[in-house]
Amino acid sequence: MSMPFYVPPEQLVKDRADFARKGIGRGRPIVVVQLDDGILLIGENHSPSLRKIGEVYDRIAFAGVGRFNEFEMLRVAGIRYADLKGFSYSRADVTGKGLANAYSQTLGQVFSHEVKPYEVDIVVAELGKDRSEDNLFRIQFDGTLQDAEGFAVLGSYVDEIGEALADRLGTGVGLDEAIAAACDAIEETSGETVEPQHWETAFLDRSAQRRAFRRISADEIARIRS
Amino acid sequence: MSQPTIGPLHLGEPAADASFLSVLEQRGVRPTWDTTDANALVLPEATTILALTWTDGVVMAGDRRATAGNVIAHSRVRKVYEADRHSAVAISGTAGMAVELIKLFRTELEHYEKIEGSTLSLEGKANFLARMIRGNLAMAFQGLVVIPLFCGYDLSESRGRLFSFDVVGGRYDEFNYAATGSGGSEARSFLKTAWQEGLGREEAIGAAIEALVAAAEEDAATGGPDLKRGILPNVLVVTADGVEEIEDEALAALAGPILEERP
Repeated sequence: MSMPFYVPPEQLVKDRADFARKGIGRGRPIVVVQLDDGILLIGENHSPSLRKIGEVYDRIAFAGVGRFNEFEMLRVAGIRYADLKGFSYSRADVTGKGLANAYSQTLGQVFSHEVKPYEVDIVVAELGKDRSEDNLFRIQFDGTLQDAEGFAVLGSYVDEIGEALADRLGTGVGLDEAIAAACDAIEETSGETVEPQHWETAFLDRSAQRRAFRRISADEIARIRS
Repeated sequence: MSQPTIGPLHLGEPAADASFLSVLEQRGVRPTWDTTDANALVLPEATTILALTWTDGVVMAGDRRATAGNVIAHSRVRKVYEADRHSAVAISGTAGMAVELIKLFRTELEHYEKIEGSTLSLEGKANFLARMIRGNLAMAFQGLVVIPLFCGYDLSESRGRLFSFDVVGGRYDEFNYAATGSGGSEARSFLKTAWQEGLGREEAIGAAIEALVAAAEEDAATGGPDLKRGILPNVLVVTADGVEEIEDEALAALAGPILEERP
């Protein structure tokens, strides 16, 4: 009979975290920016049908990088959570904080109990009445929950893109300027030029009555960047 | 036996399709009304609803009265709802159940759209509504009947379309106009003479209001426009551009002359 080797918990957690980070680091980045008029979500995506950014509820959006099947499963589970909560109570009772907590607990549980951790990095963006009421929650593969301020970067080259973006975003920038800034920051960091149709872009529009989420077309991106 | 799921988000839940109703069934929380004899109950009933097509789409309208037996239970009930960006739904029958079914229907359409990234076809929406009504058949035999009307702008055919239903889940394409509820036959008779090819927006809204007035004249369970108390019908206009609710002021301006000129 063979004895199982003793693995110290520090080592176990480190191995799992390294594994997850490696997977996420291969993904193309996504940038989420808070603006006076709403919240911008943008990232490079060569597929027109496999989305990384999606609508969750009236004023809540989701963005994920890493393994598609894993963040897609999280996105769908988040929509079910939100719709069920809104159906059982009221639309006003569906909050970004509640959803981010549910993601955090679920990812934490997957990280320590499942065969392998999820290789994902996600953001829950919630639009408030004004900018001070917005929430940008970033949830990492191990369930770490952070409340980002101003903007959030997911995936690879997080720090580099963050610095490049911070230099470009002044106060009171509009949607067009923010799109240009985010595209430039990502291109500068990767050193590659991205075609307009390869940007996946969405906007949570503060002026919307109910469902604030809308996608921004490649034509619009081309116009803004020309 | 259902599989164990992970965390508060139920990861790994088998409900694999994009249906919200499936999620409710999966978790055992689908709204149901279990009773063996509802005929003894006197519950609020929502009455007359109608819809008609016009050049650019559809107009859907409903009166505001709910009756329980011979009592007016509510005088400002809403029976006409935006279902999604290009469709609207109205209800008649047992009001409490109907309102819950409509809430479920609207959530289903939005849920599907968010998960799939595209909307259901207009026929797909009508078929789903028929399935929901059929699921309610046992209650219909107990006297708790819900009959909706559904209309929308069919983007694939570039025209407004109407659908009516029966309690067994029958779904019928209606042409030009449709009405149901206690004052439905009266409203239909009116629309039969008022409807014509090439109706404009204002004319269609006017015809919808007048059909409700005609129904209210003959049917005690239908409430006509009451300008003095500010009770006006709910009217929605559906076109390729979306669903628009007509404001009370605009309705009052149209209803005034109609009431004035009624024979």
